[in-house]
Amino acid sequence: MEDESDNSNREPEVLPGPVLFYNEVVIDHFMNPRNVGELPEAETDGFGLVGDPSCGDQMKLWIAVRDDRIARVAFKSFGCPGAIATSSMLTALAEGKSIEDARRITDDDVIEALGGIPEKKRHCSLLGVRALQAAIEDWEKRRARS
Amino acid sequence: MIYLDHNATTPVDRRVFEAMVPFFQERWGNPSSPYRFGNQARAAVELARKRIADGFGCKPTELVFCSSGTESDNLALRGVARALRSKGNHIVTSAIEHHAVLHTCKALEGEGFQVTYVPVTSDGVVDVESLAGSLRNDTVLVSVMHANNETGVVQPVEELAALAHRRGVLFHTDAVQSAGKLPRRLADLGADLVTFSAHKLYGPKGAAALYVREGTPLASVTTGGAQEHGIRAGTENVAGIVGFAEAVALAFEKVESEGGRLRALRDRLERGVTSAVRGVRINGATALRVPNTSSLSFEDIDGESIVLGLDVQGICVSTGSACSTGEPEPSHVLRAMGLSPRDAQGTIRVSLGHETREEHIDTTVRALKETVARLRKISSVRGAAE
Repeated sequence: MEDESDNSNREPEVLPGPVLFYNEVVIDHFMNPRNVGELPEAETDGFGLVGDPSCGDQMKLWIAVRDDRIARVAFKSFGCPGAIATSSMLTALAEGKSIEDARRITDDDVIEALGGIPEKKRHCSLLGVRALQAAIEDWEKRRARS
Repeated sequence: MIYLDHNATTPVDRRVFEAMVPFFQERWGNPSSPYRFGNQARAAVELARKRIADGFGCKPTELVFCSSGTESDNLALRGVARALRSKGNHIVTSAIEHHAVLHTCKALEGEGFQVTYVPVTSDGVVDVESLAGSLRNDTVLVSVMHANNETGVVQPVEELAALAHRRGVLFHTDAVQSAGKLPRRLADLGADLVTFSAHKLYGPKGAAALYVREGTPLASVTTGGAQEHGIRAGTENVAGIVGFAEAVALAFEKVESEGGRLRALRDRLERGVTSAVRGVRINGATALRVPNTSSLSFEDIDGESIVLGLDVQGICVSTGSACSTGEPEPSHVLRAMGLSPRDAQGTIRVSLGHETREEHIDTTVRALKETVARLRKISSVRGAAE
């Protein structure tokens, strides 16, 4: 966007496909989100709640941790298709990962796994990443207490 | 596909299209050219102007053709502001105007004008008292839309125009969403300037008009040739204007019967949705509305997600909020009506049109029921609320 002068060989980065605003992978994660729901309190080792004040989106994320690995993850999301799809993909990426690896998941990882999202929806993907980090922090606090 | 977004745009009617074709293929001359081939194009533009004026209830010379409703709004606001700058620098508008008016007002604020944004009631009707109280000795223009694009709520334009005129202030209305939808002649609104556009009434995109009452001071905004009485330079969109005239004629032919039909379908939709889904409100339901528009707010879910959920099932509706158009703020219209940001975010606009049939409404109600239930199952705020 910044460089107006050089648009001769620029890829149309905003649109992942020639027609659709959201690509098929994003639509699939929106229509059939993975890991939707809540973990019961007894099974929850970490919980994260984050909101995006810029657009009102909100996400809750629960993790169950076994041997420093994310054994189960569940989420609920209030937001646009971008928020729902990136939340879903984030949980798919996080499930089964070690805490260390899960902590390193970035918004770019989520977007790449989805095959791209519209430029103005990039901020949505941060919601899931921040919720996961909040849940991991919560897990650490709970562990320190017990 | 079930298309229920006629407030965004409408398909070109076959009769309109057929009227336009010769002006691409045989009679493609420039109306300003001095030979007979050009004269033919001029005659077509002037005949179209006459037909639109007849439908509107004004003189042909009181119409300025533009390229869009947005351009007409810009011409009205900037044209009056410039023409009357020495008289005053205050403009009054409403909080629920289209961005074509609101962003133009913002731009005029940047040029030193002062703008008052009059609030609306919870029904989405401009508050007449507030507007009366906002008029000042240096007010040069009041601009209030006729029907709101998101809610369909019809504003008391006649009353507001009379109010402005009593103070010697000019009145503009953006009638893009009401033209062809209400049986009333636009001239009877009493406004000095009226915006209306072809593609909202089954005409082509790229043709619109600004009615300018004879004697209204208006500076040119687009300079160049002498087209459109020197007010709006640029070669006329001949085919578009011809199509516009055909569309206006068609709209007036069936405004009564079509209005009744659409109102019945809209009521069917609203009855269907409110009985199939809990936690839904109809915005502006108690106000006078154009018959084709319904603004529905669903608790605990996001409007853009509803739109995509319906889109996947082949149904086109729009959001009330503007997140999808790149603006993170929920709809200024719904916020002005007192909806919380979250309720505004959960709003869709359904706008019916000529091709809409009962079965489309019933299919949409079923799809909405399923989509809303699915999104609420995902919703993080739903659990918190209960």
